Amino acid sequence: MSTQARIQQPRFMKNRRTQKRVFRVVFYLGGTLLVAFWLIPVVIAFFTAAKSMDEIMSSPLMWTPPESWTWENFTQAWRDAGMSQYMLNSFIVTIPSVVGTLLISSLGAYALAFYRFRLNKAVLILFVSGMLIPFQMLMIPVFRFSDTLGLINTYGGVSLFHVAFQLGFCVYFLRNFMRTLPYSLIEATRMDGAGEFTIYLRIIMPLALPSLAALAVLEFTWIWNDLLWSIVLLHSDKVKTITQGLANMQGEFITSYNMIAAGSILAALPPLVVFLIFQRFFISGLTVGAEKG
Amino acid sequence: MKIGKFTVHKQHLAPWLFLALPLAMYAVWVIVPILQSMVFSLTDRDSILYGRQYIGLGNFIRLISDPTFHLALKNNLFWMIAFVLLPIPIGLAIAMFFNQDFPGAKLFKTAFFIPMTLSYAVIGTIWAWIYHPDFGALNSLFRSLGLDNLAMQWLGDRRYMTGALIVVGIWRQVPYVMILYVAGLKNVPVELVEASMIDGAGWWQRFVRVILPMLRPATVVAVTISIIDSLRAFDIVYVMTNTKARAAEVLASYMYSSSFQYQDYGYGSAIAVVQFAITLGFILVYVHNTMKKETEL
Repeated sequence: MSTQARIQQPRFMKNRRTQKRVFRVVFYLGGTLLVAFWLIPVVIAFFTAAKSMDEIMSSPLMWTPPESWTWENFTQAWRDAGMSQYMLNSFIVTIPSVVGTLLISSLGAYALAFYRFRLNKAVLILFVSGMLIPFQMLMIPVFRFSDTLGLINTYGGVSLFHVAFQLGFCVYFLRNFMRTLPYSLIEATRMDGAGEFTIYLRIIMPLALPSLAALAVLEFTWIWNDLLWSIVLLHSDKVKTITQGLANMQGEFITSYNMIAAGSILAALPPLVVFLIFQRFFISGLTVGAEKG
Repeated sequence: MKIGKFTVHKQHLAPWLFLALPLAMYAVWVIVPILQSMVFSLTDRDSILYGRQYIGLGNFIRLISDPTFHLALKNNLFWMIAFVLLPIPIGLAIAMFFNQDFPGAKLFKTAFFIPMTLSYAVIGTIWAWIYHPDFGALNSLFRSLGLDNLAMQWLGDRRYMTGALIVVGIWRQVPYVMILYVAGLKNVPVELVEASMIDGAGWWQRFVRVILPMLRPATVVAVTISIIDSLRAFDIVYVMTNTKARAAEVLASYMYSSSFQYQDYGYGSAIAVVQFAITLGFILVYVHNTMKKETEL
């Protein structure tokens, strides 16, 4: 028994080590192939944006890098196709929407997280189910009253809609986070004579900062990427957002593929940068509701 | 006592004071519009401009014999089936693959999530170019492989249109499903997996008997969300076909074109109500599932 064990053990160990090495190679090779395959469309867009139309027409192999990198497509999209204005409009719509969503949803989340009242669960269900509603169910009424109130073609009109609609997800998300905070904190502050609003503002909101950051990242991406509500509520070219601008560009510069590709990269940059910087928050935000079980 | 009573009273009111603004906004932009759309679906085409003219279920009766509506329903069904059958297993497989402890594993995952940050306007633009019949990457690939007869008018042929759009939708949905599964896999206890290894379970057995059951909550969320997303598909269809190509119509895009291109608001509302009714069942499944996890307040 002893000789056998002595012979077998090292061999076993060696096998383990080679096995691990094989796994490692398979992982890196497989991982690279998988990511490369999945991101081919993004790479194609990038290569196309850096090619001249002559090169695109002469060699239809879109996945090959440009023979000579040209950057004027970007400046053309930015200036001639009006992307700079669309980009500015998108920021003007998105930033107040995100801030408003965070502020207003945190009020509701606070109420649902820390007060017992009869309709607590019913209100929560209302918010959760509302976030999954097909937009088409809201389109005509929202268009109609926005028209009546003179909110069509205004940044505020779109922002107000985004804030209201995003409340569903944000209230649920923040309420779940706030529920993880100890209730004794609130009781102690209340004993000290603090008002209810002071507790919300001075105690809970500072503690909720990490979850507010996560929410801000997600909301920025979603609101920036919105196309439907821009189409419904913003008709004048002066106020159009970048997603709309891109759709326009496809019609207007129908054969300037390189410029359209450059435009889509410009449109994709802000949310991409936000994601790459805050990706930890982005991902934790998306899994709300899927983790516990 | 008085002070005590006052505090209690104030706290009865307090939650409603906090909820006043969010609930008011939610009511104006979400809840009331839902009810209004239901009312609009019972009115004729000019109602929005000239006051209401109720026609009862007229719009819904019109839907029954409308071939475009049938087509939209059928296409939505394709979207739904494809969104359950493909992104779920693909997303799970990729999550399993990347769920390993190698340096740099996180980097791969992050790269994989990139499509999730892109808008459908961007995605549609890129993919329309890939599908281009003459210069597109897909047809160029087939031609350079000598498979010329596989090169098609992907977005110009009514037979392939919806399929081509669904592929784009799946491309973006897979990373989302993967995120749900990556989170779910964090909840699978390592000891349990190790124990099954010691018991001599092969990798397939380990996957089916140990890991898959532990991923049930993530699967339920991934499936319901994918179905709801498939029923909401609009942007891809709008950007890539510009709603001119009837063959790719889904309920959401047909509602949009009926209302905003043909000014038939009552009819559009009726389509929205049908879309809502189909989605509602899945929304209820999601809400029920979410609330089940809630501990008693």
